[in-house]
Amino acid sequence: MSWEIVIGLETHVQLSTESKIFSGSSTRFGAAPNTQANVVDMALPGSLPVLNQGAVERAIRFGLAVGATIAPRSIFARKNYFYPDLPKNYQISQFEIPVVQGGRVSFFVGEEEKTLQLTRAHLEEDAGKSLHDDFHLPNGAPASGIDLNRTGTPLLEIVTEPDLRSAAEAVAYARKLHSLVMWLGICDGNMQEGSFRVDANVSVRPAGQKEYGTRAEVKNVNSFRFLERAIQYEVRRQIELIEDGGKVVQETRLYDADRDETRSMRSKEDANDYRYFPDPDLPPLVISPQWIEEVRLRMPELPDAQRARFESEYGLSAYDAAQLSADRDVSAYFQQVAGALPSGQAKQAANWVMGELTAALNRDELSVLQAPVPATALAALIARIADGTISNKMAREVFAAMWAGEHGGDADAIIEARGLKQISDTGAIGAMIDDVLAAQPAIVAEYRAGKQKAFNSLVGQIMKAARGKANPQQVNDLLKAKLDA
Amino acid sequence: MSLTETDVARFAKLARIDLPQDKIEQSCTELNDLLHLIERLQSVDTQGVEPMAHPLSAHQDVALRLREDTVTEEGSEARRDALTLNAPALADGLFLVPKVVE
Amino acid sequence: MTMPTALHTEFEDIAALRLALDQRRVSASELAKSALAAIEASDLNAFLHVDPALTLQEAARADAAIAQGSAGPLTGIPIAHKDAFVTQGWRSTAGSRMLANYTSPFDATVVQRLGQAGAVSLGKLNCDEFAMGSGNENSAFGPVRNPWDTQAVPGGSSGGSAAAVAAGLAMATTGTDTGGSVRQPAALCGVSGIKPTYGTVSRFGIIAFGSSLDQAGPLARSSRDLLALLDPMSGFDERDATSLEYCDSTPNAAGRIRADYEKFQAGCHARDSQPLAGLRIGVPDEFFGPGIAQDVDTTVKAALQVYESLGAQLVRVSLPRTELSIPAYYVIAPAEASTNLSRYDGVRYGHRTATYGDLEEMTGRSRAEGFGAEVQRRILIGTYVLSHGYYDAYYLQAQRVRRLIAEDFQQALKQCDVIMGPVTPTVAKNIGERRDDPKADWLADIFTLGVSLAGLPAMSIPCGFGHSAGTPRPVGLQIIGRYFDEGRLLAIADRFQQVTQWHQHKPGQAEIQGR
Repeated sequence: MSWEIVIGLETHVQLSTESKIFSGSSTRFGAAPNTQANVVDMALPGSLPVLNQGAVERAIRFGLAVGATIAPRSIFARKNYFYPDLPKNYQISQFEIPVVQGGRVSFFVGEEEKTLQLTRAHLEEDAGKSLHDDFHLPNGAPASGIDLNRTGTPLLEIVTEPDLRSAAEAVAYARKLHSLVMWLGICDGNMQEGSFRVDANVSVRPAGQKEYGTRAEVKNVNSFRFLERAIQYEVRRQIELIEDGGKVVQETRLYDADRDETRSMRSKEDANDYRYFPDPDLPPLVISPQWIEEVRLRMPELPDAQRARFESEYGLSAYDAAQLSADRDVSAYFQQVAGALPSGQAKQAANWVMGELTAALNRDELSVLQAPVPATALAALIARIADGTISNKMAREVFAAMWAGEHGGDADAIIEARGLKQISDTGAIGAMIDDVLAAQPAIVAEYRAGKQKAFNSLVGQIMKAARGKANPQQVNDLLKAKLDA
Repeated sequence: MSLTETDVARFAKLARIDLPQDKIEQSCTELNDLLHLIERLQSVDTQGVEPMAHPLSAHQDVALRLREDTVTEEGSEARRDALTLNAPALADGLFLVPKVVE
Repeated sequence: MTMPTALHTEFEDIAALRLALDQRRVSASELAKSALAAIEASDLNAFLHVDPALTLQEAARADAAIAQGSAGPLTGIPIAHKDAFVTQGWRSTAGSRMLANYTSPFDATVVQRLGQAGAVSLGKLNCDEFAMGSGNENSAFGPVRNPWDTQAVPGGSSGGSAAAVAAGLAMATTGTDTGGSVRQPAALCGVSGIKPTYGTVSRFGIIAFGSSLDQAGPLARSSRDLLALLDPMSGFDERDATSLEYCDSTPNAAGRIRADYEKFQAGCHARDSQPLAGLRIGVPDEFFGPGIAQDVDTTVKAALQVYESLGAQLVRVSLPRTELSIPAYYVIAPAEASTNLSRYDGVRYGHRTATYGDLEEMTGRSRAEGFGAEVQRRILIGTYVLSHGYYDAYYLQAQRVRRLIAEDFQQALKQCDVIMGPVTPTVAKNIGERRDDPKADWLADIFTLGVSLAGLPAMSIPCGFGHSAGTPRPVGLQIIGRYFDEGRLLAIADRFQQVTQWHQHKPGQAEIQGR
């Protein structure tokens, strides 16, 4: 029996607003328990929600980036269930009419590009946290401690169609979504802090069957690696269950990273009857075409569009273009370097950013925004290679010195101070070549006999005599000219 | 449409109100009596009528007003203490409830 | 037994009291002390929480402001707040055991604004639990008695608010009206009360019952006194997303209602003998049908004749879906309430049961113990009508009927300028009379619910007494306006009060026949 895997992902993206979705409390991570929860967040009697414009703006940005429809009118609904980390015992969410409808995300699985259809994305409020440390109630019974700091943080829940067909696809999509929301500046992407939470709806069906199998929802995955493992485990579990004559139950399962398995969760919402209805405290959210247009004008160039532009405008390879457009800050740095150089040198800029710069950043654990060598300085260094002042090899030495801050990071000063200027004077080079030819008749004879290696030896000797500072191209040309004369 | 005791028990569970059996029976009778009043709604022809969630929508277009994304309330432990004054059980600033098993 | 009477009862209205305060004939502290003494001696059970120290602090501040010459229109005036408004200092219980010991860390906007206007708060007033009820018999802290006849209910849910004004314990009070809870007790206690247009007064700090219906409104002895409170209470509040910034093209701010009131009054003066000439009063057929008691019918019709004598023209109108307002309201209000009350789970505040095992048990028992019978009934109904499979047939259907009812009012208000009729089908019932029949309570709301569903402004003013119960019990006249008409309504009511004396009657005094 061959099986088809069917996966849909629901991702809760914490939006990077300053304040919460329905209250003016801060969204900063890591505050002391319940010090970032005001009367609205704590659902004190008489409190009311007021919607944060920044959350809506970020939802619009996302919708535009994935080519979705932004609903001109969307409704907030109450989703009713009892849980201590949900102070009102209902969550303000969106049900029938979400703010973002449809949309597509493209991503690579290996070499192959896929496009996944999104169902919707809607705004809702996050819940608080339960801590299960060693607490006790006054009667001595074990207790959980509820912290409402996170309550009310704005979430955008992004739901895909169940069109993913493998754990690998699911992870590739999730990674692309992750980099996209960071690119758009709507989410900080910090999975350890819970800014980006992926739940997977997983089912299996016999290959060729049209009806979907029963799905289980897998939660509590906080890395891409665990996402892959959790899906793989769940698929295996379901197949084994069915092959043993059992039936998959529609339920929520938690992934246990230590045991690498999914476990059925004690039901939070037993009857699963959320009794959604439009929240009477919040009239309909109206988004005008003008507002959408304003957001569109402020949008950064999207990664896919940028990748295409890098290929055509800078003549970069697809791989290089993709590398340089994966991160907005690296991309900005690269464009600044390329922009400061005459056209045609984008390739060098790309090589230096992906090569020396990235290596140095990784080694020192810095982000590109913290690079001690600004883009303009790197461009200046590359210009010195192009104009023959120094060789590529020398340039690496100069770069290292700039990185370390020598001579205020000024390339020319470093070149001068270390005497790294290439010798480009044909006369001087010619003289050095003559000296070496005179001193190495045997190697010359070997070259004349047809051994190409001899040429390289001679070049090596000349560079040694020049202490590496001769312009290699000129050495090559002049040497050849003299030998062949 | 008549409610059964099973229905009432289900609603009580959804609404987290512990009703002992005799109360369920009593509620069932009372609710069915009240529901007779509500049944009249079914016979009204409301074809093509939009539900009215916000009263003023009969008079004007009601749209949600948005607030600026600014922090208007800096938290503090002092403020937390004021807001948790009525808590039945508190420890280290956390609300205590019977241990939740997930 | 002679009950101490509060000093403020010697003054006809807030304007007279204001003058006396400003002229130092009386001080805010004196007023407060004497009111507190009257409250202490009263057995109406109108007040739930009184804190003399807090009140006298406010009175002292008021006296200081008066001394400095910085008094506002309400400085020193003794008022009280329904316990549905949260207040710092005084407990806020909403009439429920669930919140018996709850102290709010913030004040409701209405409380803040009246405080900023200088009013002195005497304490918190008894009400039906979570504002659910029409007789103040659903309070966890005992029923309130009607000052006109202590065997009778004062009405509800703002029973304490109405009784306190009628008995002279406070000069004016605040209440909340969700389906008639300001108008109806005002009518049954012979005082004036108004529910403004939905969205004109902030709901921030009102312990929520029916979010799309709740509105705060004042109760007082006269329409002029209502204006003195309503105007500073009203206005846009950014903390309430349903609060309106504009009333049509006029900013929703203090001053708007007063301006409309004065404009209407100025128009009347131009026609001295027939001040209300040109005013068309719509009288709905459905408000005078078989369900209305004879004494109420007669009294209200007599009031309409007074309006005719002022020059107004009575016009027959129809509100065909009046009866449907009952099922529509009793689907929508419980639905909203069932979720508004979910937050009372014993976790962060409120009653937590003494013994429990797991979380579900803790929550289930706390709520069963903390909520009274009517509240539990409405939560269960609310849960039912929102539940899967029933949402369309009940909740959505009710909201559609709601729109039809609102459209009925719009239609009727094209043929007239205001609508008038009774507030209640009968005078006040006796305490305990309706105990075993929750349905009867619901049916009695027939004349007030539609206005709440539509969000229109409406008020109740005393227009006489009914004698069907043996003792004279007050009857109220309901005046319903178009959206944002509160200023005009208050002026129209004032015109009636200028030529009649029903609003000046006090319980215990000889009844003034016929006027």
